[in-house]
Amino acid sequence: MTTNEQSGIRPIWDFFCSLKLTMFTLITLAIISIIGTIIPQGSPPPEYLQSISQTKLKLYNVLGFFDMYHSWWFILLLSLLSINLIACSIKRLPGIWKTITQPVMVMGDSLEKTLSNLTIIETRGDSSTIRDRVAAVMKTEFADPVITEEGGAFHLFAQKAPWSRLAVYAVHLSVLVIFIGAIIGSLFGYKGFVNIVEGESVGKVMSRSNKEIDLGFAVRCEKFSVAHYPNGAPKEFKSILTVLENGKPVAGFDRVPVIVNDPLSYKGITFYQSSYGKLGEHEFIISDPDGKNPQPLRIQSGGSAKLPDGSGICLQETTQDVSPFQPGVTGPAAQVEVHMANGGNKTFVIYGNNAAMNRMNLSYTGGKLVQYSGGEEFMYTGLQVAKDPGVWTVWLGCTLMMVGIYIAFFMSHRRVWVRVQNGTVTVGGNSSKNQGGFHLFMEQLVTKLKKQLPLEDNQ
Amino acid sequence: MTSSLLFNITTLLYLASMLAFFAAIVNRTKLFFGAAGSYIAFGGLLLQTIAIGLRWKESYTLGIGHAPLSNLYESVVFFSWTIVLIYGILDLKYRYRVIGAFVMPFALLGMAWAQLGMKSGIEPLVPALQSNWLLYHVITCFLGYAAFAVACGISIMYLIREKHDKVAQANEQSIVATFPPSRVLDDLNYKSIMIGFPLLTLGIVTGAAWANYAWGTYWSWDPKETWSLIVWFIYAAFLHARITRGWAGRRAAWLSIIGFAATIFCYLGVNLLLSGLHSYGG
Repeated sequence: MTTNEQSGIRPIWDFFCSLKLTMFTLITLAIISIIGTIIPQGSPPPEYLQSISQTKLKLYNVLGFFDMYHSWWFILLLSLLSINLIACSIKRLPGIWKTITQPVMVMGDSLEKTLSNLTIIETRGDSSTIRDRVAAVMKTEFADPVITEEGGAFHLFAQKAPWSRLAVYAVHLSVLVIFIGAIIGSLFGYKGFVNIVEGESVGKVMSRSNKEIDLGFAVRCEKFSVAHYPNGAPKEFKSILTVLENGKPVAGFDRVPVIVNDPLSYKGITFYQSSYGKLGEHEFIISDPDGKNPQPLRIQSGGSAKLPDGSGICLQETTQDVSPFQPGVTGPAAQVEVHMANGGNKTFVIYGNNAAMNRMNLSYTGGKLVQYSGGEEFMYTGLQVAKDPGVWTVWLGCTLMMVGIYIAFFMSHRRVWVRVQNGTVTVGGNSSKNQGGFHLFMEQLVTKLKKQLPLEDNQ
Repeated sequence: MTSSLLFNITTLLYLASMLAFFAAIVNRTKLFFGAAGSYIAFGGLLLQTIAIGLRWKESYTLGIGHAPLSNLYESVVFFSWTIVLIYGILDLKYRYRVIGAFVMPFALLGMAWAQLGMKSGIEPLVPALQSNWLLYHVITCFLGYAAFAVACGISIMYLIREKHDKVAQANEQSIVATFPPSRVLDDLNYKSIMIGFPLLTLGIVTGAAWANYAWGTYWSWDPKETWSLIVWFIYAAFLHARITRGWAGRRAAWLSIIGFAATIFCYLGVNLLLSGLHSYGG
């Protein structure tokens, strides 16, 4: 590599390795993520779009603020963070690797000067005896030392948890692993939705991007039910589902109850209880007050229709037998809300077997008699459908991150060097973290050593 | 004995603890004030633990048994509990009692707000919250939040101490001189964040696991999720600046305070101002 090339590439490399870039991307990501929590994402509700000006609407659209987590600049920032992580690791890893695999086992002058925990013990006696005693203390108090003889001196070296220095790279790697998991999920998985009427089965679901997806098997909804607490709050939404292969129930997947927080998984595809509703058709008869000129009128469950005078009629609830709710009346009944042509609203009940009571509502129905002849209604269950083959990669990344953070914060690489030379024992050490705690440890170690050594001043 | 009565006594104990710490700062010749502050805080913590257990039991008596972590009242009470717990751990480990004067107000504020301004009824759990993940997620998140609250209190203390040190004359007798030395405060700020960051990370991971289990998406950029990530970014930036660049002192203290402001917004602001899945704040 020539000097020219070096000077060209070097600044770029340094830029990608720099902590400034890390700080910039982290803080920028934090700040711009705020936008996404204030501006509704995905397809913003119409009320929101009406409340902002046209200029703003256009600007937000162009900048991708309505789907900013998928916008090019957000992805660019995440990529920048990833490159930064990789570059930093490449830059520092070889040095760290060398520290771990080829420890400096001899305390020379230059190393000695860098150690803040340094003690010199004056002793007497035979060097090799001292060496053995020091080694024994180190072994019981810290770790088995490696002994080197060099320049007429014995050097003892021991260390603990050198690999804890790698933890920070495990954390960095875990971020990339999580990103990879997310990418796998978005490439090979999907999120979808399906409604299944009680008693029916489906083999296809709709993805969020409105594509039809063939499941390769079918799911039947046997039953859907809602349970309530005494105060009326919902207690449980439950679907009973059966997985069908070639029209036949699969063993172990027959009539499985699925509730919120307890989904059904089959062949990597998971079904989550998400919503419910009613589906059906109801028949009404519209006639003159005396029952002449009857005309049928069909309304879907929860649907609406127009009455002859132009009023809108919305179906709210129906029952095929009203007697439990209203003693003395029998037959089907429907609760409706009428939006009258004059602008007024009125809610009332239309009966199947009680023309007299229905006649009381003539003024709301444009002078026509409306009767309910009944209908059939089915519950349907709304299920979220998800397939995410990347999710285990994400959990692997999360586990790696937790383990890595724990080791990176709470464990340290500790090294102790001892030099035995001419009756002088020099003890030094350092720690990659928690200097205060290591300082205390070194003081204790020196105390123990002094007890085991024949000291000069004891003579 | 009801949990509600115990929570009221807890609130009074936290008030007494805070006042004792204030007294310890003002009257530094009497050492027992600081000790009283700590012991009263521990007493309050014990009482609150019993009260939380009792409320848990009461919900079972009502036939809707669940951990008392399901609505804003219960979460604020639990937040206070975690703050005193984290303070207690630091106190036992590092013995700088007087930081209680800057930490207990957070716990007291939470308890007072919950006891005076919130509906404390035990409500049944809506289907979405009926999961053991609720327990793991809420406990880890709030322990993280609490560590950040303690770090914030310590940082405020640091800023006061550091400003005082700059202008103080030698041998001057002042209130601030009873604070731990600024380098100790700086170190405790870092240590609290070191406790909080892994807990927040675990809180986000358990939340993601729960979301994946309940809805099939471990991450959906819900405002609460996004804000938790914002908080995570801020403290990640703090740790990087600290470890690789040796950012300490004023800058670290300010970053810690900003981080806690974001944490509080993540906890309360999102519930009260933005819409999303974490709807218990309404």
